[in-house]
Amino acid sequence: MKANEKLDIREILKDLDKYEPRRRGWTWREHVKNLEMEGNYYSDASKPLKNSVPLPAAKYFNNIDPQPIQVITSEIASGRFEDDIRRMRMAAWHGADHLMVIRTAGQSHFDGLIEGTPQGIGGVAITRKQVRAQRKALDIIEDEVGRPINYHSYVSGVAGPDIAVMFAEEGVNGAHQDPQYNVLYRNINMIRSFVDAAESKKVMAWGDILQIDGAHNANATAMVAWKVMPELMVQHAINSLFSVKAGIKKENIALSTVPPTAVPAPDLKINLPYAKALRDFFSDYKMRAQMNTKYMESSTREATVTHVLNMMISKFTSADIQSTITPDEGRNVPWHMYNVEACDTAKQALIGMDGLMDMIELKKVGYLPRIVRELKERSVLFFEELLEDGGYFQAVEDGYFIDSGIYPERNGDGISREINGGIGADTVYERDEDYFAPVTAHFGYNNTKQYGLKDNESPASLIGGSTFEDRSKIQYIDELDPVDNVNTRLEEKEKYIDSNLIKPEVEWLADGVIVIDVTLPTSIRYAEAAALKIAENMNLLEAEVIHREVLHQAEATRIQVKGKVDFDIKLDELTLAEEPDILSDKEIKDFLENRDIKIVAGTVGEDEHSVGLREIIDIKHGGIEKYGIDCLYLGTSVPISKLVDAAIETNADAILMSTIISHDEVHYKNMKKAHEYAVEKGVRDNFLIIAGGTQVTPETARKQGVDQGFARGTKGQHVASFIVKKLKEK
Amino acid sequence: MNKRATRQDDYEKRRQHIKDLTDEQLKERFWALAEKTVNPLIDLAYKNTTPAIERSVVLRMGFSSIEAKDIVEKTIKHNLISKGAGHVIYRLSQLEKITIREAGLTLIKDQGWDKVKKSFEVSS
Repeated sequence: MKANEKLDIREILKDLDKYEPRRRGWTWREHVKNLEMEGNYYSDASKPLKNSVPLPAAKYFNNIDPQPIQVITSEIASGRFEDDIRRMRMAAWHGADHLMVIRTAGQSHFDGLIEGTPQGIGGVAITRKQVRAQRKALDIIEDEVGRPINYHSYVSGVAGPDIAVMFAEEGVNGAHQDPQYNVLYRNINMIRSFVDAAESKKVMAWGDILQIDGAHNANATAMVAWKVMPELMVQHAINSLFSVKAGIKKENIALSTVPPTAVPAPDLKINLPYAKALRDFFSDYKMRAQMNTKYMESSTREATVTHVLNMMISKFTSADIQSTITPDEGRNVPWHMYNVEACDTAKQALIGMDGLMDMIELKKVGYLPRIVRELKERSVLFFEELLEDGGYFQAVEDGYFIDSGIYPERNGDGISREINGGIGADTVYERDEDYFAPVTAHFGYNNTKQYGLKDNESPASLIGGSTFEDRSKIQYIDELDPVDNVNTRLEEKEKYIDSNLIKPEVEWLADGVIVIDVTLPTSIRYAEAAALKIAENMNLLEAEVIHREVLHQAEATRIQVKGKVDFDIKLDELTLAEEPDILSDKEIKDFLENRDIKIVAGTVGEDEHSVGLREIIDIKHGGIEKYGIDCLYLGTSVPISKLVDAAIETNADAILMSTIISHDEVHYKNMKKAHEYAVEKGVRDNFLIIAGGTQVTPETARKQGVDQGFARGTKGQHVASFIVKKLKEK
Repeated sequence: MNKRATRQDDYEKRRQHIKDLTDEQLKERFWALAEKTVNPLIDLAYKNTTPAIERSVVLRMGFSSIEAKDIVEKTIKHNLISKGAGHVIYRLSQLEKITIREAGLTLIKDQGWDKVKKSFEVSS
């Protein structure tokens, strides 16, 4: 796979019936002790990637891209898995190695596996074909970035065990599994949920699948989010211990934990003691640090700050997996660029806090340990009363959970479910004495003795191995719906696939969505109406306000509007801006080993600007002096004749003239003047004339007779490269 | 729906019996209580089965999701789920000396059920 080539979705969809996952199980990052990159030493970093997109500021650090030790999650599920595959590649290049796919609305109530590739809503229909396609794509992507990528989805609903089996067969690496989630949020019968869960977990254990629980949802659901902290620890404990008893090893059990509150509450004062209490009690388990979503609004900036604060908590305590939440989740199903932003935010924050706990420590007396202790006691008291009142099922029926009082305070607003109610009630059957299942990884009573097996013999041996031993037994279904499938969707988008046509997109190929960001000097209601009018005048279709921000209630309002464009852009009709032709520092220095270069420089005309030129020249700004180029700087408001004469006297190789003032095209007139003066003196071939300035267009500059023009954003390296190349040609 | 009354925070009153525990003892108590809560749940799972569990067994025996769903629904209809749907397939394959796959497909065609029921001594 070449970096400049697009993933070929049709190629990925080919021969999926024969696809075999290359491995089973979860992969953690590889810690590199005291990693050195460009003279920086990292304490908590992992093995660098083969290919990646570094943070923007990395260009000042020779493009290093240090990777934190935490596995980084990106949740990707737009409804079309074929488009999500491309986004997975983007996320992986920005540092994600745990790609989580949200299920389509309603899948948890679907009694069995969904097959084929129907389009999802708010997520993706998780099917064997879709899982194979995405896992196959991730095989390609992980080879490309040089780090294993964990693929993850959900084992819940009324088909948990079915899904667990499919995931184990297909090499899915991580999954959410928590029967309490079914019970509290999906109203699936509680007995059914727990019985199913034991089987699912046992299957996941066989597949070495890392489990993430669902307790964090209590935080997102409760009326007063942070007050559920004692209960959250109880929920974590129930699922964790149940999982251990079903066969999952503790290092494959991760708690999904969220800092429960957010600013304007005193974030760390509430979130840090909770994080500490949780990690004290659950020291044997892994932590998947989720970010707060409860208080997300449409401001991507605010969400990003919340998430950075969340990551401080991860650093102060611990996180084995750092989840990322896209900062646009408060306003839409996440878009490509926000998955990427969220990954970058995590990488930037975690690398920024590298080695933090080697320098500071959490206090062992005072507020923090006092609150930590209190939270732990409250959770113990919760368990005590739960047992006194008849155990878990009774407690759920009694509305113990998701109550907005901080236990033992009770506000009577918890979620209550009937023990014998909900979806799938009365579908639990007691196993007879001769109950038998001839398969591997089956939980619970299984009378294999009746068929002569000893305790250590696999029940599957009686059928010559189950699909877990012999994958050729798996029955693959391609598509069931002749219309609602990936092939139809691809046909509809045919003209944009690998073609000359492009259209903007935020989530699906050629969806046409763009965002305009406008500040209007009026109040919020007028600004909103005006922004929509602007969108209409710009011919944006389906325009919708997605963000409003009061700058001042009378002075100004910022509005973001999304809308669709209905035209295509033809790539072959575009005029491309010239790419600066840059030599490496080494190439420039090598040239200077054998030959001196001398230049004269100055800002010409009646022009007192000096900053730009100094940045091109001065060694302290990374200017051309650093290569050993001999620079004679004449200052500002230098007459053209003086500059050219100086070049003649010093036998310079080039003149660097800076021209910032541009009214009446005076900058171009000065270039022409310099060229003509040198011609007149008969010395034009003796040196290069290079002009630079904020309003300079290289092409127009060359038309004035100078050798090259440089515009805004030029660095010393660009100018040095040009000079060296020209001198090489001579 | 909510059966619990509201209650003021009586944490100070309730904590008296645990306030002098060391942090380690408190943690042990937490996990002991978790154990007591979880044990009856895991016991329940040990002794029972569900349509989803049985489908997952039949899947592992080499049937598609559509076939598995059908076989399990028929197993419930024939009052055989307490024996295990996989067991039903296995039993038929033994009785008829046919492969597991052939046995499952026979059952999908509504054949062989009487034979299996007779061998399990289950009445319709």
